[in-house]
Amino acid sequence: MSKINYFREKGLNPEEELNKSRRSFIKYGGAALATSAIFLSGCELIDDYLPPKDPKPGMVDLGSGDTGILNYAYALEQLEAAFYTKVALTGFFSGASYEDIGVLDDVRKHEVAHRDFYKAALGKKAIGELEFDFSSVDFGNKESVLATAKTFEDLGVAAYNGAGKLIQNPDILVVAGKIVSVEARHAAAIMNLINPGGAFADFLNGGLDRAFMPSEVLKAAGPFIVTKIDASNLPTA
Amino acid sequence: MNIIKLFDSFNLDNKSEEQQDIYMSRKEVFRKMGGFAKNAALASLPLAAFTAMPVMAFAGTSEVMDVLKFALTLERLEYKFYEKGLSSGVIAQEDMNIFKAIRDHEKAHVEILETTIQSLGGNLEDVPGKFDFTAEGRLPSPFEYYDLFMALSQAFEDTGVRAYKGQAPNLMDNDALLTVALQIHSVEARHAAQIRRMRGEKGWISEVDGIEGLGYEFMDASMPVYAGEENTTHAGVNVTKVTQISANAVKEAWDEPLSKQAVVDIVKIFLVS
Repeated sequence: MSKINYFREKGLNPEEELNKSRRSFIKYGGAALATSAIFLSGCELIDDYLPPKDPKPGMVDLGSGDTGILNYAYALEQLEAAFYTKVALTGFFSGASYEDIGVLDDVRKHEVAHRDFYKAALGKKAIGELEFDFSSVDFGNKESVLATAKTFEDLGVAAYNGAGKLIQNPDILVVAGKIVSVEARHAAAIMNLINPGGAFADFLNGGLDRAFMPSEVLKAAGPFIVTKIDASNLPTA
Repeated sequence: MNIIKLFDSFNLDNKSEEQQDIYMSRKEVFRKMGGFAKNAALASLPLAAFTAMPVMAFAGTSEVMDVLKFALTLERLEYKFYEKGLSSGVIAQEDMNIFKAIRDHEKAHVEILETTIQSLGGNLEDVPGKFDFTAEGRLPSPFEYYDLFMALSQAFEDTGVRAYKGQAPNLMDNDALLTVALQIHSVEARHAAQIRRMRGEKGWISEVDGIEGLGYEFMDASMPVYAGEENTTHAGVNVTKVTQISANAVKEAWDEPLSKQAVVDIVKIFLVS
């Protein structure tokens, strides 16, 4: 593809440049043109013509641009889906109420649906199945399960909030927005199960939720993820 | 103020024939429903939807400023609603801490948006700041009926979530503004889930046509708050085709955006010119 050679000769990163021009196209083309068809073909266009970036042995590379952000979200949804699936498979914690089970099983279904969506949306650009370690969780214990659930939901919200500005395509931004508010609903429901009648997490006192960059999120989720993840190609601004 | 000026646009003169048809047929429907509603405890149409209205715009301002003023309108509505609710004595004692927290969040949102608008050179004069929570007498006072207060709270919060989501793409050129909008958006979603659960609903939007618990009229009139929430196709992927999870759970797992116009149509009956 001659455009890529052109960028290379100029000493530029072709993917970065193509992403930039795509963003300008979307920006100036107006929202009406930025359809999901462009989103899907856009991903294909850029990634299909690019050689794989030197993959680090033994590591899963999330990739770059919007594909990287989608894989990052896919990784987090895999984590959540695996956790709630294990919560269900272990019969929920001992003494779980009808309410506890109802909430946790709904959340499990939502996270599995999110995971399956990302896998399908990414197609052949999707990272593989990650391996997780939940040995720090006592699945028979209510406090342990709910504290872990709260951690994951609050972290998920902060991850999506932080990643918003890294997304180039408005359609992907809206999809992320459609999911993050459901994660926030989960977080509120889990808080209710932990402390019925209690209000909101203290970190919301200034009226704003948290927004974390991928490096912070992956560090926080790190103890639960066995597979090594290479996030170094993700956009940082 | 243009939200208010919008109301003048019900003058049919400047509408196309097609728009007039839509308007008249809806008006007809509403008139009939109004008659039916006379015996209902909560009569009439608190959340009417007139879709044939022109797109709202604050004259002479940029798109970003437009979004900020739109957001401020909604935040002021919410803040005043909770402020009045807390001082009226309508709120059950065991729920006071929750509504105080929500009020404080909304107050912070108002302040953040006012500061941002001013720092970008905008003025606050044309942003609505007066509200009538009886919707010009269509409703009893929510500050006397707690069930109604809770139901309106749910409507405002679920609408707020959809409003911010719909505007996110318009803030993409400004990373800082986009991030703050997202940080507010998820707080509104937490509020929505909290209120929904206090009302005995799931925290997520599930098999909903309108808001239940206050009778048919209210449910029907609140349908625009949830219009389109049944969507299961995202970024071109019909999720029900790629997962084993039930279609209803898939619907719950994604919240949908609303256009600015759709949001204005929902809240305009609470704005005082």
